[in-house]
Amino acid sequence: MAYSDEDLIMVPGNRACPGCGAVLAVRHALNALGKNIIVHVATSCMEVSIMGGGVFPRGEYPLMVPSIHTAFETSGAVVSGMDAGLKALGKREGIQLVAIAGDGGTADIGLQTLSGAVERGHDFIYICYDNEAYMNTGNQRSGTTTMFAATTTSPVGSKKRGERHLLINLKKDMPAIMAAHGIPYVATASIAYPADLVKKVKKAATIRGPKYIQIHCPCATGWGFPESKTVEMARLAVQTGSWILYEIENGKKTVSLKVAQRKPVKEYLTLQKRFTHLTDDEISQIQELVDRKWKELDLS
Amino acid sequence: MTGQRLMSANRAVAEAVKLSEAKVVSAYPITPQTSIVEYLSEFIAKGDMDAEFIQAESEFGAMSACIGASSVGARVFTASCSQGLALMHELNYVAAGLRLPIVMAVTNRQLSQPLGMWCDHSDAMGERDAGWIQIYVETCQEALDTVIQAFKIAEHKDVLLPVMVCFDGFILSHTSENIKIPSQEAVRKFLPAYKPDADYHTLMDTKKPLAAGGGCPPAYGTEFDFKKFEAQEKAKEVIRKVDQEFADSFGRQYGLVEAYRCDDADVVLIAMGTVVGTAKEVVDKMREEKGWPVGVLKLRSYRPFPKEDVLKATAHAKVVAVLNRAISYGVGTPVYSDVAATLYGNSHRPILLNFIAGMGGRDVTQKTIAAVFEKAKKSADTGKVESELEWADLNKALVGA
Repeated sequence: MAYSDEDLIMVPGNRACPGCGAVLAVRHALNALGKNIIVHVATSCMEVSIMGGGVFPRGEYPLMVPSIHTAFETSGAVVSGMDAGLKALGKREGIQLVAIAGDGGTADIGLQTLSGAVERGHDFIYICYDNEAYMNTGNQRSGTTTMFAATTTSPVGSKKRGERHLLINLKKDMPAIMAAHGIPYVATASIAYPADLVKKVKKAATIRGPKYIQIHCPCATGWGFPESKTVEMARLAVQTGSWILYEIENGKKTVSLKVAQRKPVKEYLTLQKRFTHLTDDEISQIQELVDRKWKELDLS
Repeated sequence: MTGQRLMSANRAVAEAVKLSEAKVVSAYPITPQTSIVEYLSEFIAKGDMDAEFIQAESEFGAMSACIGASSVGARVFTASCSQGLALMHELNYVAAGLRLPIVMAVTNRQLSQPLGMWCDHSDAMGERDAGWIQIYVETCQEALDTVIQAFKIAEHKDVLLPVMVCFDGFILSHTSENIKIPSQEAVRKFLPAYKPDADYHTLMDTKKPLAAGGGCPPAYGTEFDFKKFEAQEKAKEVIRKVDQEFADSFGRQYGLVEAYRCDDADVVLIAMGTVVGTAKEVVDKMREEKGWPVGVLKLRSYRPFPKEDVLKATAHAKVVAVLNRAISYGVGTPVYSDVAATLYGNSHRPILLNFIAGMGGRDVTQKTIAAVFEKAKKSADTGKVESELEWADLNKALVGA
């Protein structure tokens, strides 16, 4: 993934925290897509980091392509309008529409507009960068926060043990929800596997219709680990089987990386402050859910 | 379709959108707006209109889609009211802030609770300060004409603000009039295609990349607000100019306000929407039967608020009575407040009366309006104000008042 300066869609200079995983996700994805794109960035860490972030009118606008921020929950609908507008003006060919949103903007507040957009079959790539909580507002739980994780709104106390319990998923299964809409392409990716990420984004660009890619990107600030360990944390999520890399093309699921020797989830969890309260029993509950997922996929 | 035809305001508005050659329509069904976008869907499906239609998953999504479509340079239309307009609220500010010339028809309807689908102006009043231009029309013909004008006003370089064309739900939306329909050629000449440029407009153009809608710190926010305010001020002249050009092309003219028999009037009633038509009849009767010099001032442009025109029309009035179809809880009514603010700084300060009528679809009858004029006449004669705020059509027995 070597790019010459002229080919960079996202150039250096942004306001993200040190060690930000989301910036890597967005940079890899946009650089892979090239110049003929229009980007909508939902309210989120990335909006603040790459859409001005308090330095208007000059400064941290690292995107070399047209980009717009409207609101938090609008991504699906705004790109729908862009798709229709370009089509009506006879300018649709050769332009890729890209929506970028965080996990809260996707799985919670933006789910309705996203569902509408994919159900109507608009032509766009949706990139959900999943850092498993509302990190822009300081680490509040979202629909994709992992079970038992402590956040500022799912804290640990004598009556609560962090995020929700007793579910059959570790977190809201957004890729499955997208796949259930019957869209042509759904994929998961990780910042620790950039070649796989780029391949998926490039493949999505060749497909007409709605494409959904959810990129797992650890947040050093929110999860509580050293900022030098972001990629390592993302890799551990995959190697422990907590985050599975796969594609769903026209309904058919293919696992992209069959982890040969799955590590125990404990190795991943215990490195993060958000899980320091976990008991052995709680860790094994998470391990059981991960094991079950792998069994379902016939991988274990 | 040209010539004359009997049609409702909803149909007339759909015809206007077709004639304006809007490229994207995005909306969500809500009574009494729905038939506007049903007609438009039909035009598009039959190939009579070259545009894309998106039925969004909510009004929130509809306005977001309008913003997206407008940001890539398309002429965009939507329609809504009531709960739907309230659901759009957040995005209405975004549309105005991004300076996107979206046109929306609002079939004025009350807001829950109590639940009702009938006319008052509460819905549009909730969007009063969003930065949109708001024009309230009186007839179905005016609805058609104003939608065509609205695109031209919104897209004017001095304005670049979205426009709401507001008309009374059911009273106009579902009532038919004999409508004059201009020809496509004439409308195209009056309103050429929208051709934005990224050097000037919020335009997502891969050949001229720009970033829009990003974070703006305190060092710059006020200036954005100032420019929007300035655009509203400039819009007065643009509305006037566009209205004149429309008159030159089509022979019909409306103005920012319409002053009906106000020149020699002791009492001027200020109102918006269909109530104005009823009030004109009452004015004629009062003058004829009682010899009272009364008049009615129709506020057509509510945002921008036509201060100069209001002052001119009330220059000789002893009493100005404001009839509101909306309430500002805890203080009074929005139109009254604006009129009061306009008159206060003026050397001629008539007695100002505040009336609420027609809430939740209650018919504002000639009787109601006549009673308002009678109260106003009494104030004109005595120089006194009986009460600061009058509920003109309140059933007092029901509330134990």
